[in-house]
Amino acid sequence: MLTILFDGIAYGMLLFILACGLTVTLGLMNFINLAHGAFAMAGGYVTVVMMNRYGISFYWCLPAAFVVSALIGLVLERTLYQWLYQAPHLDQVLFSIGIVFMAIAATDYFMGGQQQLINLPPELSGRMDVFGVGVGRYRLFTIIVCAALALALQLILSKTRFGSRLRAAVDDRRVAMGLGINVPLVFALTFAFGSGLAGLGGAMGAEILGLDPNFPLKFMIYFLIVVSVGGTSTVSGPFLAALLLGIADVAGKYYVPAIGPFVIYALMIVMLIVRPNGLFSRGGR
Amino acid sequence: MSVLPQETTVSANSSTAAAEARAAKLMKRRSRIRFYEIIVWIAAIAAYFLLPSKMLILTEIAILALFAVSLDLVLGFAGIVSLGHTAFFGLGAYVAGLMAQHYFAEPVTGLIVAGVASGVLGLLTSFLILRGSDLTRLMTTLGIGLMMAEVANQMAWLTGGADGLSGFSPGPILGMFEFDLFGKVGYLYCVGVLFIGTMIMRRIAFSPFGLSLKAIKGNSMRSAMVAVPGRKRIVTAYTIAAVFAGMAGALLTQTTAFVSPDVLAFHRSADVLLVLVIGGTGYLYGGIFGAILFTLVKDWLSVITPQYWMFYIGLLLVILVLIGRDRLSRWVEYLPERLSKKEDR
Repeated sequence: MLTILFDGIAYGMLLFILACGLTVTLGLMNFINLAHGAFAMAGGYVTVVMMNRYGISFYWCLPAAFVVSALIGLVLERTLYQWLYQAPHLDQVLFSIGIVFMAIAATDYFMGGQQQLINLPPELSGRMDVFGVGVGRYRLFTIIVCAALALALQLILSKTRFGSRLRAAVDDRRVAMGLGINVPLVFALTFAFGSGLAGLGGAMGAEILGLDPNFPLKFMIYFLIVVSVGGTSTVSGPFLAALLLGIADVAGKYYVPAIGPFVIYALMIVMLIVRPNGLFSRGGR
Repeated sequence: MSVLPQETTVSANSSTAAAEARAAKLMKRRSRIRFYEIIVWIAAIAAYFLLPSKMLILTEIAILALFAVSLDLVLGFAGIVSLGHTAFFGLGAYVAGLMAQHYFAEPVTGLIVAGVASGVLGLLTSFLILRGSDLTRLMTTLGIGLMMAEVANQMAWLTGGADGLSGFSPGPILGMFEFDLFGKVGYLYCVGVLFIGTMIMRRIAFSPFGLSLKAIKGNSMRSAMVAVPGRKRIVTAYTIAAVFAGMAGALLTQTTAFVSPDVLAFHRSADVLLVLVIGGTGYLYGGIFGAILFTLVKDWLSVITPQYWMFYIGLLLVILVLIGRDRLSRWVEYLPERLSKKEDR
């Protein structure tokens, strides 16, 4: 029971890291980016290639995954995404579905369609007993890293100059530009950072979530749930939503395997009907 | 457009009459049969005689066209971006398959039952898309689509699970026309259903009802101010679209005598959106033109790169959006509006 809770928390933390970039693009920049999973997949494959082909340590792969995904995100944002910020939502949906399809086919072409496996360093594999609860070491590692990241994000958004610029740009783009904030730059950096986080999440999740070319489609709905249920105004909203989703999903798959996914979708739809703007949305908007 | 009447002393009665006459004229002009419509249907019949070896792909086009036209009613008229339209397509496909397997093998009955079943699902789920923004609708429709796929996958005792539903053969249409090996009867059947379905949706879409849908799409608050019952209209349009999407699914089942879980897959929802984008939204025939182009391109790509055609479909989507999809479908406006007869503007 506690083990399931623990696994659920690890899973939820991972979902948060994967999805929090989307919170910004989707929620704050109002861009429906269904291709977010593709960046996560990129990070995952970077790790797989580096570890399995070149034998580089897992710990070096994580920052590399972040950097590569962030660079891909930056390039795509500057070349393609930025033209569509003002476009109708239908255009954004079609565009990002197109990106997803291309990413899936390209990955299939270069890496093959099979499930990718990575070998974790020995100190991270296996389980240990903490007060009688079986705890996966890797899951503990995931929780620690993700919690640190979540905390850092919250601090960056609320305490740094960049964070306040971003919030200003999101609240009112025109006024922010009028005040001399370089809004396109802020958006581009944020997009890159979000993509990088997704890549990091993909790298860390290769062990827990699995990694194959269909990754972006398989987890698209999870990311969207985190964002739409969590709302977009804070970091803590999506964080709690991701935790809830993670625990519900793991518990659902464990206790009622036949209808597990069904429960998640049903919950999401109910949630959206009751609170169309997210669980923890800002009031009055 | 005619000039607005300037009389100030005119009685309310006659000005209402004049306005009504103007509105009637406008509606008439909107709904008259256009040149390209006649061409489409002639071409559909001609294809039967000219391309006897291509019946299967033509059938596929007709089915996809009906599916896309039904989505256009939701997307092009009511302005709802749906990522789960295939839920209705898939439900129709399964219902038609189960009908043929367990109860009654006559296809038209199966078609109607499938349409009704999808319509009921459409009616039930339409209440979920009334609230919230584009994103909420997107998520809800996507969620419904995924739920349907999950249901079909889990209820293996009924649907055959991942193996799909097979081992049934549809009987002769109306007890008279047996499906033949070359798909000729199947093609005519599908084109017939497509024709009737398109005509019904055309009647709906170009009526004052369709105009009010476009008003809701344009600005839901303003349309509410001029007393358009937005929620009711969207529920109705969504349900009608679901009925025809279900019929398209039923056609697929009946012409292939097989239902695979693929009918509920996400990529179908994306494909049908792409079809509409290629053909253009908001005039119904975009679904048909788009289906023709999409099927031909996909067929051609899957010959060249059997495994990676998805890449090029994705590339096509990205390019289409970046060029601007409106520019693509504008060519229809340059077609002559009618064959002869001077227009009394």
